[in-house]
Amino acid sequence: MSVATTEAAPAAAAKAAKKTKRGPEHRPGLSRWLPYLLVAPAVLLELFIHIIPMVVGIWMSFVKLTKFFIANWSAAPWAGLGNYKVALDFNNAVGQGLLKSFGVTVAFSLITVALSWVFGMAAAVALQPAFRGRSIVRTLFLVPYALPAYAGILTWNFMLQRDTGVVNHVIVDNLHLTSDRPFWLIGSNALVSLITVATWKLWTFAFLTLMAGLQSIPRDIYEAASVDGAGNLRQWRNITLPSLRPVNLVLVLVLFLWTFSDFNTPYVLFGTAQPPAGDLITFHIYNASFLTWNFGTGSAMSVLLLIFLMIVTGAYLLVTGRKSRRA
Amino acid sequence: MRLRSLVAAAAAIALGISLAACGGSGDSGDSSGGGSGGDQTLTYWASNQGTSLDNDKAVLTPVLQKFTADTGIKVNLEVIGWNDLQTRIQTATTSGQGPDVVNIGNTWAASLQATNAFLPFDGDAMTAIGGKDKFVPTALATGGKEGTDPTSVPLYGLAYGLYYNKAMFAAAGLQPPKTWEEMVTDAQKLTDPAKKTWGMALAAGSYTENVHFAFINAAQNGADWFDKDGKPTFTGDGNVQGVLRYLDLMQKDKVANPSNAQYDNGTKSVNDFATKEVAMVINQNNADSSIVANGMKAGEYGVVPFPAPQGAAAPVASHVAGINLSIFKNTKHKDAALKFVKYMTDATTQTTLGKPFSSLPVLKDAKPVFTTDAAEAATFADVYNTKSKPLPLVPAEDQFESTVGKAMNSMFAKIATGGSVSADDVKAALKTAQDQVAAGS
Repeated sequence: MSVATTEAAPAAAAKAAKKTKRGPEHRPGLSRWLPYLLVAPAVLLELFIHIIPMVVGIWMSFVKLTKFFIANWSAAPWAGLGNYKVALDFNNAVGQGLLKSFGVTVAFSLITVALSWVFGMAAAVALQPAFRGRSIVRTLFLVPYALPAYAGILTWNFMLQRDTGVVNHVIVDNLHLTSDRPFWLIGSNALVSLITVATWKLWTFAFLTLMAGLQSIPRDIYEAASVDGAGNLRQWRNITLPSLRPVNLVLVLVLFLWTFSDFNTPYVLFGTAQPPAGDLITFHIYNASFLTWNFGTGSAMSVLLLIFLMIVTGAYLLVTGRKSRRA
Repeated sequence: MRLRSLVAAAAAIALGISLAACGGSGDSGDSSGGGSGGDQTLTYWASNQGTSLDNDKAVLTPVLQKFTADTGIKVNLEVIGWNDLQTRIQTATTSGQGPDVVNIGNTWAASLQATNAFLPFDGDAMTAIGGKDKFVPTALATGGKEGTDPTSVPLYGLAYGLYYNKAMFAAAGLQPPKTWEEMVTDAQKLTDPAKKTWGMALAAGSYTENVHFAFINAAQNGADWFDKDGKPTFTGDGNVQGVLRYLDLMQKDKVANPSNAQYDNGTKSVNDFATKEVAMVINQNNADSSIVANGMKAGEYGVVPFPAPQGAAAPVASHVAGINLSIFKNTKHKDAALKFVKYMTDATTQTTLGKPFSSLPVLKDAKPVFTTDAAEAATFADVYNTKSKPLPLVPAEDQFESTVGKAMNSMFAKIATGGSVSADDVKAALKTAQDQVAAGS
């Protein structure tokens, strides 16, 4: 990549120089403002969609924004670090709830990312060699990703019902694995259900990304390796994995951020009756703010979540970046 | 370079979600903007009272047309389901972009009053809608905190009753229960898991239903959830025993299907009753329309007051349930809105809407019209007028509903999945709920 840019750069610079030479004589001003003009919509959108809400959110975390003040935000009294103290006081019910939810979310994210990656990788490698019907299988694999999240998760909700769901019908009525109909949406099984649904939704993204990555590995390396007597597993470990490293680095990070902040899955799967075992942190924050109308504490939790994710992301990039430089 | 753009991307993603929790506040104004033009058009958010949102619309449209014909004021109607209504009101309150008139669950009245976003019905406003004397006093008392001008007035009255299947009771040679103990014994006799019939159905996964029973059962024990200063008192013995008594219907008495722990709204338990899978269900009188819609005929079921245990401190059988009507303070059509509230709460409109919405009259001297079964009408009127206690009229009432209700969801889930819940467990759960409420206020 660096080679390409150094070659292209002089040519581009020369072109640009030519333009600026001629530019001012014909249309003064315009060429100077054009770049800003072109960037402006993106900057404005970024400002309105991300920056301003973010600043408002951070401000909210420092005020006592309860139901007494939501009709008139400006009257909300300054709380200082009060909201953070409540959220982080782990001897208190609110702090304990947040901590538990955090633990559930970490477990959920790690397992979901690992499963999604394994399934995605397996499917991508399996579909690497050309065979009849490959494109049909690929298309089929993409269905969960193409399906609207709401419809997909709602279908899972029906399937996981205790008395009428197809999952229990298969497990209990057809296979007779257990005589007691298990609950899937309440109690401790809820986490299993949540991971299953989230993985189902997410693995195709891993599959898609890894499949694209695989296309860029030259076939002759594999051919050379098999001439040298390397088996499939060896080829995968010594050629595929290292070649996919840049893809994997980004993929795992993105998968982690998505799962950690997954709101749709618990929201649609559990509705208003969310079980403690499926209490993911964004959903927890939503409940903390909207059910109790305490937006200050909710925002403080959000900011804490943001800080945590930034630390994780930063550490991840530092560690992996250092490794790639060494290699 | 790549590292920096990655960090930026990651940060953007993180920020996006971190604000998801608060993002809802800005974007709900559009749908209601149509009503705030210069002409006399009111925007009215109605709650779901009939068998479906469309049914509500069909029932209300001719009533609103009549209002327009009488006064020249147009009404822009939107019917909102219960799952969304509270959030919609919340965002309207936050953004100041709300409707002019809105239906609220009357249990939210004191909490919504605390937001200061609603028009108090002071002397003048109250006179404009026909005076406070036209309302049943207990119904009007739900309109806001005691000793203040209410910010809502009653629209539809509701009360809990114990519905029982007459044929199933007759076949087992049983009489409808008068005490809690009789109810449990009857239910046990009518329960046969092998045949998939159960004595009772509970909406055990619905926190709003659960919290009502926490309230009613504690009230039967003479216990309150808040003291005079509005401080939560969730862990009293009467509260703990009341909650446990209700949980025991599934745990100890085993008269309800454990699957009920997944019933996240009252319709599901009512459907079990209407399809004759269970012999009893405790529900508000608006269950009538659902029961009939599911094929049961009016004479096939009877209703008695939800019974208290023998020697109970108070024979409370319901909270003062119902729907109230509020006006947003920032409405540009205050007079028109008051006229509309007057129209909706006058005797003729109340009679028109009483039947399709299965509601009890909130006006003095009005007769219930929601059922042709005179005994049923008398039972509900009796419960509403003499055996109902208002839910705590404190600003933290909404937090009581969500924290205690959700704690009960979890305890039912624990029971259903084979665990056991002791009095100490209940107390611990209620202590957590109380701490949450204390931290939030």
